[in-house]
Amino acid sequence: MSVAVADVQAGRQGATVSPLSAARGRQARRVRRWKAVGAGAIAVLLLIWTLVPLYNIFMVSLESKGDVFTNTIWPDQPSLNSFWIVITEGYWYLEHFWEQFANSVYIGVGTVFFTLAIGSLASFAIGRMRVRYGWLLSNAALMTYVIPASFLAIPFYRIMQIYGLTDNLWSVIAAEVTFATPYAIFIFHQYGVSIPIELDEAARIDGASPGQVYWKIYLPLMAPALVAVGTYALLLAWNEYLYQFLLLSSKESMSVPVALAQFFNSDEAPWNYMMATAIVYSIPPVAIYYAFRRRMSAGLTMGGVKG
Amino acid sequence: MSSVPSAHPLSLNPGEYPPGRRLQRSELAWALAFLAPYLVVFAAFVVYPVGHGLWIGRDPALYAELFADQRYLRTVVNTVLFVGLGVNLMMFAAVLLSGLFVRREWWVRALLAVYLTCWALPAVPAFVSFHWMLIGEQGLVNGLLRELFGVEGPIWFNDRWLALGCNIIAYVWKWMPFWTVVFVAGRMAIPQEIYEAAAVDGATGARRFLHVVFPILANLYLVCTLLATLWTVGDFNTTYLVSIGAPARSSEVLATLGFHYAFDAAQPALGIAATMSALPILVPVALVLMRRLQAGGVQL
Repeated sequence: MSVAVADVQAGRQGATVSPLSAARGRQARRVRRWKAVGAGAIAVLLLIWTLVPLYNIFMVSLESKGDVFTNTIWPDQPSLNSFWIVITEGYWYLEHFWEQFANSVYIGVGTVFFTLAIGSLASFAIGRMRVRYGWLLSNAALMTYVIPASFLAIPFYRIMQIYGLTDNLWSVIAAEVTFATPYAIFIFHQYGVSIPIELDEAARIDGASPGQVYWKIYLPLMAPALVAVGTYALLLAWNEYLYQFLLLSSKESMSVPVALAQFFNSDEAPWNYMMATAIVYSIPPVAIYYAFRRRMSAGLTMGGVKG
Repeated sequence: MSSVPSAHPLSLNPGEYPPGRRLQRSELAWALAFLAPYLVVFAAFVVYPVGHGLWIGRDPALYAELFADQRYLRTVVNTVLFVGLGVNLMMFAAVLLSGLFVRREWWVRALLAVYLTCWALPAVPAFVSFHWMLIGEQGLVNGLLRELFGVEGPIWFNDRWLALGCNIIAYVWKWMPFWTVVFVAGRMAIPQEIYEAAAVDGATGARRFLHVVFPILANLYLVCTLLATLWTVGDFNTTYLVSIGAPARSSEVLATLGFHYAFDAAQPALGIAATMSALPILVPVALVLMRRLQAGGVQL
């Protein structure tokens, strides 16, 4: 504060102030200029760091030939042909592309719906109805939240065979919901603390059943948390690879990331098609991110997003 | 009219749970109905698989076999490096960068939007791009090195340490934006008066960071680091897609090694044992984290 005040005075009074405070003002200005230069330099480095891998995806997808690259920095004859191939399913690796895309959407929407439904019901019972030993359940949930999902993959795969759900999209939805719900309960609980419990009690005195309180009071007031957790669940399903790879094997039931990684299996895989597929697959989450940026950063600060 | 239990004005910290109470019969039925879906999911997809895994991996002979395997020991070293370097670099850079992103200029906000694209981009496309960027002479990185500096870059995936380094870089690239935003939120919550008081006392710049900002963020930093550690230990995608374990499976981490044992070598018990061997480290970290989350009132 004192620095700022001295600075303002120096600026306002110009040459008429005593030499000492003028020198101090000059020094403060110099410090500020160096700070701005430093921030700018960091910003440029960060921009390069962020954009190089993104640029790489675009560059490869614009190559007209898939295997031989003559120039590694910019394609000789950039063309949008590979996007056309992806959209029209014009290559045998991609012959089920839209079906697989629909599978990804199905998994994403199913995960969001069940995560929100199961998570909000449970957190209502624990946080609002204050069930006895509810804390025990939410601690158990939190413990699942911290177990690395990949470490459960092998037994999970076995269990799904026992349940008869292999090569079934519902097995993937079950897995994603299992790993998203603990986070949902955690966030709903934290958010719910800010809603006065007296609202529930007043409604109960007026004769509302717990179901009505949940549907007409709790859910509408929780809308911001529902949006945040919903986007989180969608991104989780869109990011996840291991379970989708393990549980979906046929070309018709595969999701896009599984199909993408299949390109690695072939030596003469057309990389430009692969990158074009990657871009098409990335459009929904990136678009959602830019559309809901404000709400999502509110959601992010409410809770960590599991990787 | 049935009496509703008297309302205690609940003043709870976030993460703290209200005291449980005895519910009346009709309410209890509702509560059970609300809890039932989660209980089913928890029993069918958490308790059963975990129990099944523990049961398969119960044989001590498995662990003897594991520790005799040279590849397992190498993988443990890799995992320690991947997690130790990756998490610490990522968190430290994120907390420093959050200082840039609390500035309010338009270009800082625009930069943040671009920077967060890494996080919004799905993992598989991102890591596939890293793989292709680093692959041999045709990759973008070596192309840039050649064009800009006239240097012939190494073949990244031909060396265990380089490959491991590439995996770490790719992992940090993907997840650092997320932690940066968490720290930005943490910094935003620091009242402006504290900065002003510090400035009066002469703490600015690096000294302010060291003696004012960091002590306030310390608890958040610890919680985030623990959480990131757990998630990084379990990270499968990076190693599986960036280096693909190359060269010759020498840059594997535990998550991918367990997978290879189970599905490529058809030794599921050994695969489970490989992942379970990390439990003696994971469980204490998880317990400390849970205590911090609940007692510390850290609002992640």
